[in-house]
Amino acid sequence: MEKIAGQSILNSLETQFEAFEKSLNGQSKSAAHAVRKEAFSSLMNSGFPGPKNEEYKFTNFTRAVEKNFELNGTNADFGLTEAQISATQIEGLDAHKIVFLNGIYSSELSDNIQVEGLKVESLAEGFKANSPLAQSNFGTKANFAEDAFVALNTAFSQHGVAIEVADKAVIEKPIVLYFIGDSSTAELSYHIRNIVVAGKFSQATIIEKFDTLGEHKSFTTSVNEISVSDSAHLRFFKIENDTEQAYHISNIHASQGTNSNFKAFTFSLNGAMIRNNLNIKLQAEGIETYMNGLYLLDGKTHVDNHTVADHMMPNCYSNELYKGIMDGSSKGVFNGKIFVRPDAQKTNAFQSNKNILISDKATVNTKPQLEIWADDVSCSHGCTTGQLDMDALFYLQARGIQKDKARAILLKAFANDVLETVENEAIKEYLAAIIEKRLEK
Amino acid sequence: MLSIKNLQARIEEKEILKGINLEIKPGEVHAIMGPNGSGKSTLASVLAGREDYEVTGGSVEFLGKDLLEMEADVRAREGVFLAFQYPIEIPGVSTTNFMKTAVNQIREHHGEKALDAVSFLKLMKEKMKLVEIDQALLSRSLNEGFSGGEKKRNEIFQMAMLEPKLAILDETDSGLDIDALKIVAHGVNTLKNKDNATIVVTHYQRLLDYIVPDFVHVLYNGRIVKSGTKELALELEARGYDWIKEEADATA
Repeated sequence: MEKIAGQSILNSLETQFEAFEKSLNGQSKSAAHAVRKEAFSSLMNSGFPGPKNEEYKFTNFTRAVEKNFELNGTNADFGLTEAQISATQIEGLDAHKIVFLNGIYSSELSDNIQVEGLKVESLAEGFKANSPLAQSNFGTKANFAEDAFVALNTAFSQHGVAIEVADKAVIEKPIVLYFIGDSSTAELSYHIRNIVVAGKFSQATIIEKFDTLGEHKSFTTSVNEISVSDSAHLRFFKIENDTEQAYHISNIHASQGTNSNFKAFTFSLNGAMIRNNLNIKLQAEGIETYMNGLYLLDGKTHVDNHTVADHMMPNCYSNELYKGIMDGSSKGVFNGKIFVRPDAQKTNAFQSNKNILISDKATVNTKPQLEIWADDVSCSHGCTTGQLDMDALFYLQARGIQKDKARAILLKAFANDVLETVENEAIKEYLAAIIEKRLEK
Repeated sequence: MLSIKNLQARIEEKEILKGINLEIKPGEVHAIMGPNGSGKSTLASVLAGREDYEVTGGSVEFLGKDLLEMEADVRAREGVFLAFQYPIEIPGVSTTNFMKTAVNQIREHHGEKALDAVSFLKLMKEKMKLVEIDQALLSRSLNEGFSGGEKKRNEIFQMAMLEPKLAILDETDSGLDIDALKIVAHGVNTLKNKDNATIVVTHYQRLLDYIVPDFVHVLYNGRIVKSGTKELALELEARGYDWIKEEADATA
């Protein structure tokens, strides 16, 4: 038999899965658990992506996990103080707050949400209570056969939230999910699954943010399975500003109904290695989809954004804007797929990826990938990679602005294109402050 | 105020300035004329501190300080202003915003307090009138989608905001219709006083009808080959540059 990649991880996972199954008593016959078992056996059979895997060509996450983690299946106790916890939160944001500590739902720190039309349940509780929201949606959007890390998450994720926004409900305040980890005494690893169902004509905003505090490394994965029903408007933010020890794989798999509007924002500001898979199926007519991303990297941070806009039906619009600024010896990867299936006539699909490399050691690999089977469509894509515009820099300096300041002005202007797409002022200001501080260092 | 002695500069391997000598006193307007490729714009860029050019010899003293030692931004803060021949378009940066930074960095350099928003706006409104520029234009991305005339008026607006001691206008007349030219010239003339000086780099005499120079210098092949008063500009207008070239080539 051919050797599969990540065998050492698989070996340790095998014992963990047995232990995990035993801990589930009562749930082993549930629909969700059947999915878990399938995902696990798929993972054991196919292994993790090897160095030749096209999808992980520039981001060898398998090797990074093998090299950096023991993955013995247990995490140390959470010992962070209240002050440390609150420091990870978005200042000035009026939101419904859900908090997880070391990957486990904290009812104590989470808001007790009593809003008409909004149901937020802990996934673990949902599984236990055999809740239809958790059971019937688990594993329906994120296909574990397509990605070993999705399989890993599917096999092991037990915690997360299931959010249901009722038809016509407009949820004013964003729902923010804080995942706070303590790696001060040992390595930390956990897997999160969230389920989001936005009912017809509903409106909501969800934010996901992972933070790890501590010296040791962390490896976390999160899979979001999102249904945007007919005419619903949903915004989903991924804010990644974790430590240099944090390895994270994010999956957002969404499907959209007729006339729905979905905006996904991905801000990757710090971390060790981050992989973001954003996969959106436009499976009805009249859909609008926006994918906006900014990666601002320094040091050895490695961020890989893989996105898919899958146009399956006619008369839909998708617009993707990703920008990257890379300093130090950081590494950026962008792969943007647009599929326009035979039925998807009158598709409008646009994609743009622009990068600025500030240092000689920083790199970026960018690849737009358009596959179009319909003939009456309007699609465009463009990617650029360059350095800071020296003429512009000189112009500002010639007006008396110091070089560092001039550089910061230009980079901020570059990043602003993406930042300006954020409608919520508190989120925008929070991000702008981080970006400003980073660029004016 | 400005003393240029035997200034030599090159870009990559090409010698462009081959020994420029020029003395400028406060209150004076000097025109630098010359055929294409004579080194006029290079001189302007070297004085403003563009790093693409390498100074290979000579000296430039500005208000008693070694200008060549200073970075471009320090020169600007010391009072040198270059109005660009081709103003750069900078997406995402508005004139208003970056001028605020510039004005305050220059004030800080001179030990003055930063302007608050109200005083800045007042200053801006006053200077906007001078070049008949619209505030909406200044709130837009710098020079992006501006007409040729709008770009040049924006340059003079910035000059008015920064009140330089030495203004270098690099082919400010290029691409301007006569109305825009008059507005630009009016701006420059209004800003002129006994304490500041202006260098007008131009190919044509036309601008000099409106900004009247005290001295005219002809640059050819990297050297000033002839200097005179405003009549020289008129002669160049009438006779072209060939006779200058012949004279210069004969003595070279």
